[in-house]
Amino acid sequence: MAILTPISRKPLQFVLPILAAVGAILGLLVGTSNGNSLGGLVIGALGFTGLSLAAIKLPIAEKAARWIIVFVFAIGGYMLANLALGLLGLMVGAFTGWFVYWLYEGRYRAKLLPYLTPSQVLWHYTFRMICGAIFFFLISPIIVVMPLSFNAQDFFTFTEKMLALDPEGYSLKHYADFLGIRYDSNGEWIRSFWNSLIIAPLATMISVSLGTLAAIGLSQSHVPAKRAIMAILISPMIVPLIISATGMFFFYAKMGNFLEGTVGLDKDFVGYIKVVLAHAVLGIPFVIITVTATLVGFDRSLTRAAASMGAGPVTTFFRIQMPLILPGVISGGLFAFITSFDEVVVVMFIGSASQKTLPWQMFLGLREQISPTILAVATILVALSIALLATLEILRRHSERLRGMTPT
Amino acid sequence: MTDQSSTQPILAADGVPLKKSLSRALRRQKMRALLLISPLLIFVMLTFILPIGNMLFRSVQNDIVSNIMPNTVIALQDWMPDGDTLPDETVFEAAFYDLFVAAKAKEHTKLGTRLNYEQTGISSTFRKSGRGISKPGKALAKDMAGIDKSWSKAATFDALFNARSGGTRSGGADTTLLRAQRDRLNQLKGKDYKGDIGFAPSLEMAMALPMASREYTYWALFMALEKDKDFKKGKVSEAIYVALADDLTNPALADRIAGLTGPDAELIQKTAAAFRDRPRISYTDLMLGVNENWGNPMVWETIKLHSPAYTGGYFLNAVDMRKTLEGPAIQPENKQILIILFQRTLKMSLIITVSCILLGYPVAWLLANLPVRVSNLLMILVLLPFWTSLLVRTSAWKVMLQQQGVINEVLVWLGIVADNNRLEIINNQFGTIVAMTHILLPFMILPMYSVMQTIPPSYMRAAKSLGATNWTAFWRVYFPQSVPGIGAGSILVFILAIGYYITPEIVGGTEGVFISNRIAYHISSSLNWGLAAALGAILLAVVLVLYWAYDKIVGIDNVKLG
Amino acid sequence: MKLIKTLLAVSALSVAAGSALAQEMTIVSWGGAYSKSQLKAYHEPYSAKTGVTIINDDSSAEAVAKLRAMNEAGNVTWDVVDVVAADALRLCDEGLAMEIDADSQLAPAPDGTSAADDFGDLMVSECFIPQIVYSTTFGYRTDMVGGKTPDNICDVFDLATYPGKRSLEKRPINNMEWALLCDGVAKGDVYDVLATDAGQNRALAKLDTIKDSVIWWNAGADTPQLLADGEVVMGSTYNGRLFSVIEEQKQPVAMLWDAQVFDLDGWIIPAGLSEERKKRALDYIYFATDTQRLADQAKYISYGPARASSAPLVGKHAELGIDMAPHMPTDPNNAKNTFLYNYSFWADYRDDIDAKWQAWLAK
Repeated sequence: MAILTPISRKPLQFVLPILAAVGAILGLLVGTSNGNSLGGLVIGALGFTGLSLAAIKLPIAEKAARWIIVFVFAIGGYMLANLALGLLGLMVGAFTGWFVYWLYEGRYRAKLLPYLTPSQVLWHYTFRMICGAIFFFLISPIIVVMPLSFNAQDFFTFTEKMLALDPEGYSLKHYADFLGIRYDSNGEWIRSFWNSLIIAPLATMISVSLGTLAAIGLSQSHVPAKRAIMAILISPMIVPLIISATGMFFFYAKMGNFLEGTVGLDKDFVGYIKVVLAHAVLGIPFVIITVTATLVGFDRSLTRAAASMGAGPVTTFFRIQMPLILPGVISGGLFAFITSFDEVVVVMFIGSASQKTLPWQMFLGLREQISPTILAVATILVALSIALLATLEILRRHSERLRGMTPT
Repeated sequence: MTDQSSTQPILAADGVPLKKSLSRALRRQKMRALLLISPLLIFVMLTFILPIGNMLFRSVQNDIVSNIMPNTVIALQDWMPDGDTLPDETVFEAAFYDLFVAAKAKEHTKLGTRLNYEQTGISSTFRKSGRGISKPGKALAKDMAGIDKSWSKAATFDALFNARSGGTRSGGADTTLLRAQRDRLNQLKGKDYKGDIGFAPSLEMAMALPMASREYTYWALFMALEKDKDFKKGKVSEAIYVALADDLTNPALADRIAGLTGPDAELIQKTAAAFRDRPRISYTDLMLGVNENWGNPMVWETIKLHSPAYTGGYFLNAVDMRKTLEGPAIQPENKQILIILFQRTLKMSLIITVSCILLGYPVAWLLANLPVRVSNLLMILVLLPFWTSLLVRTSAWKVMLQQQGVINEVLVWLGIVADNNRLEIINNQFGTIVAMTHILLPFMILPMYSVMQTIPPSYMRAAKSLGATNWTAFWRVYFPQSVPGIGAGSILVFILAIGYYITPEIVGGTEGVFISNRIAYHISSSLNWGLAAALGAILLAVVLVLYWAYDKIVGIDNVKLG
Repeated sequence: MKLIKTLLAVSALSVAAGSALAQEMTIVSWGGAYSKSQLKAYHEPYSAKTGVTIINDDSSAEAVAKLRAMNEAGNVTWDVVDVVAADALRLCDEGLAMEIDADSQLAPAPDGTSAADDFGDLMVSECFIPQIVYSTTFGYRTDMVGGKTPDNICDVFDLATYPGKRSLEKRPINNMEWALLCDGVAKGDVYDVLATDAGQNRALAKLDTIKDSVIWWNAGADTPQLLADGEVVMGSTYNGRLFSVIEEQKQPVAMLWDAQVFDLDGWIIPAGLSEERKKRALDYIYFATDTQRLADQAKYISYGPARASSAPLVGKHAELGIDMAPHMPTDPNNAKNTFLYNYSFWADYRDDIDAKWQAWLAK
């Protein structure tokens, strides 16, 4: 969005009280942790306001002033405690520098509609802060997991050394364990990771293909016993997993007997078939729900138009219907993939050792020996998915630019 | 429709009546729809619905009692328990042989485990009885071998009872007895044995020595079919000696025994003479000698009470009740737990759903109203935790919430919380709610987001330009259009929350556990699959009722996801 | 299409490979350090000796349910299963485990003592061959007990002297016994008292006194983590886990050897194996439970060998090089006051007391 509202400097009687309040809160926090709340409060308010005032009024360029503020806070943090706090000070300083000018120069108004009242502006930013807090809530476990995965100890504990940013407190040994290159690791992690990478996509493919077909069937008018069929198809989501696992075991054991005994297939191969099929069933409700929902808004005259122009049903499906319902299919597939990729109860029942998946291995890791290797795995997966999503986004922007669209 | 149409059929272009043509088209359309659905429907029915139905059927299935102790169950029908009298001799007799046969087939402890769910101590009664049940027969076998050595050989018995062995017996074979004993074995082992084993009980012997004939016939079938061994070699089972002693001391049979002729008659008559002074075998005494618990009427009451092949007992147990002779009764207070857990599961799932709505709505709104390039980046923040294993996230919450955890440390460091008074925010309901809200939040945000994306922003602006305040415009215009998203998200979150058990197990402590934890316990630890199935069936029914109610109130078509 | 082709190729290969599977067996155990000790002490030498490939399946925690399902479905894929004694009893009762005759099917001690005598009282079930003796015992944070040294089980119940949280297992077994012991019941009478309603209430009432300070654990790895975090002052867990916390991870934790509950872990062979697989399973068991093998396992994990004849052979830890004997629950210094788990009592009372326990927990 471009600048919507011309900005102007704000009067000091508006800016200073806000800065004083922010300073007071920061000071209070630092003060209490050092045993003097009131002192912290007063010093914080005065110091913060003074520093900001100096930045605004003294004839220094904005950039230089902001660097000075960062420096002051970082040194302050380091003097108060240790390197870690110094880093924290660095961040607080960067924020402060930005915040002071953002407020004083009135930049906060720039991207908002000109006719908004002050209370609406306030609400706008309050709302952003609430959302920010929720995003933080969503992401906080990952923030905790990442540093812990470099723990030099075999526990999920932030050690003194880690907090002091002592290099001795950190180690890559859990990553080495995952990759199977640590002296005492047995390659189980990598093996189970591959298993998951085999099983989840296959299960997703089955649930997406069968589920999309069925969803198209269900979305037609005049389907007999539609509700009952729908209830049956989404039941795998409703039945408690442990019951599903036990119940399905009997079916797959008999199927396994048949495939191994009568058909003569290899035991491991049959094991994969079993787990893939079981996971496919678990993923189906998600595909059904998402795809039928997309089809509710689907304009049926499009398929008729295609048919009237001589396209066969298959062509119509792939050229007309599929591209339009693709978002629903993809998000259903995503749910199905996660269901399989994160499933531990059913695979432990139906699979055997050679089908051990990543969640299974993680479950063992948690139960038998608290091992931060599972955190290393999580961090690797997070890094991979960030890379994947970022690539997709870059490609999207690239193609937009190629097509000459304005960036949205 | 006008009257005309009913009198004069309208014709389609090809001359077929339109009605017919339409209905044919409709039928074709239906067929096509079913054809599209059928692969998945068959797949789900076969690999999921049927096996699960089978599993849930265990909640009423109870044929184990009548399969393992069939004669006891029949004999007990006439016994009226009054709290302190024991059943009569016929029951003890049936129980002795049932138990003996079950112990040889290693089935008795299964029944013990089953009945131990109802009456504490039965498990060991059965286990110990299984060990001791051969003793009376062993003593009698020794006595008989003392009278004539040939009694210790299986071949002697074959010669005596087998109508096929030498043809010395008159009167042919007792096929009814053979069939009955084959059924007894099949019922006990749940098998379907057929075929000839080279044995048929002699009718003459079945008249003179009915008990011994019965037990020997069973033994021969058991050895040949189940154990795949030659019943003519080695020794015979101890129960046969008890049965034989019973026949020999039975005054009603004395004449028939005396009237036996043939080569082996002498052996029997000799032994009968030696046993003449002995008192009639008392099965009551035998059983009490095997284990004193058989003298406790409660044991018999429990067997009688739980003998029907189909029972509502598991469902009663699932709602903190139990089966008694006087009908259903409430469990004692110190065992009431499951109803509390059901209520707690529903309550917590509801709270989790509501907190997901509260946290998810603003985020979904923001994502739907920001420019795509920003919202796509923020979407990564929603998807990342979604792609992080449930186990990892649960452990991470443990690291954060515990008393020495990240949140408490930060609060103590900041001085907001005193060091000796740290917050208890894990191992209770709060911890479960926080962790599960976090885990299920993406399931709420994604459907909400996809619905909100389709709401044109111009509606809100139009409302405002018509004079609505911010709040009115949101509440009267925007919110109603976003309800399908809330609905889809809520259904997903609520249903998923109700079935979770790994997260509550790890962060829930004692107050945060769900009913699924109990189901898992009964499946994997106590092996009380009947109760687990009953609990699962109730949970399933609750979800279906809620689903149905939701359909009635909001309408399931008014739900959009993805 | 390519995928289908690949799948077909794979399955064709698999069919060809089907016949080579004969020399393979699946052994089920607990995973983690315990499985590793078995791998070193049993699997590797056995494979080297016989050429049999051993597949390790870490499913012991689900073994009871899964064996029952396998048995009912007629598809038992496991050859040897490592379970705790209580589970072995239940499996034996359910007809899911095979009976094994110790004297004819297990190796005698080097001095000729029969296997049954060598294992002695530890043969608690006909289907079960004990492998290790472990004990559920308490560890405490040495830096959080205020200079005192807890040396009595009842210190767990003493909130005044040792304030702070404790971690206990979330099940009645062991906890009920300890509660009664500390409520003044003599060791010999514990199970008699526990068999009555009044006794059960008494145990729960004793536990009520510390209920608010208890963190309940489910997995054996929980207490070590809680101790390492300083989240609890003391907590119960398996002694091998505590050994690892103290000696391998060097945490400020020490053991409280008092009234620790002796329990057994060992092998069963599932019922319903084919003759060939049964023979192989028995051959493995014969090998893996002989005197030397059992003593070897103690090099890798601090659990006591179940054979009397193995005890003198226990050596040093394979990696740390410390003497293992003093860390064994069977060492005379540690076993001064022990408590033996009563299997038949719990087989009877488990369902009943567990229901009451759950109701008590939820209160």
